[in-house]
Amino acid sequence: MTDSKNEQALYDRIGGEAAVNVAVDIFYRKVLNDHRINRFFDNVDMEKQAAKQKAFLTMAFGGPHNYTGEDMRKGHAHLVKMGLDDSHFDAVVENLGATLEELNVPQELIAEVVTICETTRNDVLGR
Amino acid sequence: MYKLTIAEQTYTCQPDESVLDTLLRENVAISYACKKGTCHSCMVRSLDNPPPEAAQVGLKSTLKKHHHFLACLCHPEQDMVIKLPDSSEFYTEGTVVVNDMLNRNTLLLIIAFKDAFEFNAGQFVNLQRADGLTRSYSIANTPQENNTLEFHIRRLPSGKFSGWLHDDIKVGDTIAVSEPRGHCFYLPERREQGILLVGTGTGLAPLAGILTDALAHGHSGPIYLFHGSREVEDLYRIDEMRQLAQQHENFHYIPCISSNHVPDGFTHGRANDVALATLTDLKGWRVFLCGHPDMVNQAKRMTFLKGASSADIYADAFLVTPN
Repeated sequence: MTDSKNEQALYDRIGGEAAVNVAVDIFYRKVLNDHRINRFFDNVDMEKQAAKQKAFLTMAFGGPHNYTGEDMRKGHAHLVKMGLDDSHFDAVVENLGATLEELNVPQELIAEVVTICETTRNDVLGR
Repeated sequence: MYKLTIAEQTYTCQPDESVLDTLLRENVAISYACKKGTCHSCMVRSLDNPPPEAAQVGLKSTLKKHHHFLACLCHPEQDMVIKLPDSSEFYTEGTVVVNDMLNRNTLLLIIAFKDAFEFNAGQFVNLQRADGLTRSYSIANTPQENNTLEFHIRRLPSGKFSGWLHDDIKVGDTIAVSEPRGHCFYLPERREQGILLVGTGTGLAPLAGILTDALAHGHSGPIYLFHGSREVEDLYRIDEMRQLAQQHENFHYIPCISSNHVPDGFTHGRANDVALATLTDLKGWRVFLCGHPDMVNQAKRMTFLKGASSADIYADAFLVTPN
């Protein structure tokens, strides 16, 4: 993927699809082990969920995706009803940051990933 | 430009089109969603040649082996013959050659065919009665055994199909059998890898096939089979499994009973709980889970949390058709 800027896109700097594939199991394992948020994943099919986590990481790494704000709202509406709030959103971002640290991704790239995640916060939380 | 053939219809794939683009342009009914290889909704299968590698990114190795691919990622490199997931099924007539009871409620059914029946141990087929009633059953044997398929049929309370097989079917009767399906099977790669097999009830059927296949391929890593049921009377093939464990140093068989009456030689507890208590680190293991959907779903998550990679977890949940 090429960026319109001269600078290389975040997705490429972070390692592209290979990085997503390495990160997805580590990240999802952290999420399922996190008692603050794992109840939101109680009734989901693991295989389908792993595919969704991959799509999420691809987006968070600045890669190609076709999620719209509306998709984000619809996709999380049932979780908002279950009480999804800022603290849970923070927990997911925290797990993602920890995953990337574990993979020795430089802090400045992690900061860029967090910034991308932040752009979805209001849609995810249905505000 | 390449030709795509689906059930005798031919479509032309334009140079800049993916297979999905072509099918959508031609109004072929195909499910799809993300169009970028994530959701796997548009997975189809190549019936002649292996599909381009780029169209199989992210698929399980057993799906790749059977030439499944994602239509949205596929830019053909030659003409292709494609099967859509809901294309009508091809049935073959087989003849029942064995029907014996394996235990108080499980029937051993062996069906023979005129020609070789191609499958991988651990896959399932649909069996169909003359009136169209159809149910899925796992294959319990390996393809090496000449032109037969073996099934373990548990009688379900007021089960229409299992009742028919148990009560009415006799040796010599014919049954229509679909093509094999499913991607829960053994591939002879990474032979030093640990293999965990967990099954409840007739979940033993696909697992026994997978086990036989792995041993026949000289799998050298440890293989653990946890077979569970409520009562000992609902387990079966106990002696055969114990014998296999004696013959193969790397194979371990742990029959599990969840009720409180546990005879010597059996472990108390649910098969998935016992398995996870026995094997605490599953990093690098290959996992096969077959049987009750609750067990399968729970064990999928737990084995993943214990370190198994999601790509290495194969599952077959036995769904019961409501009456």
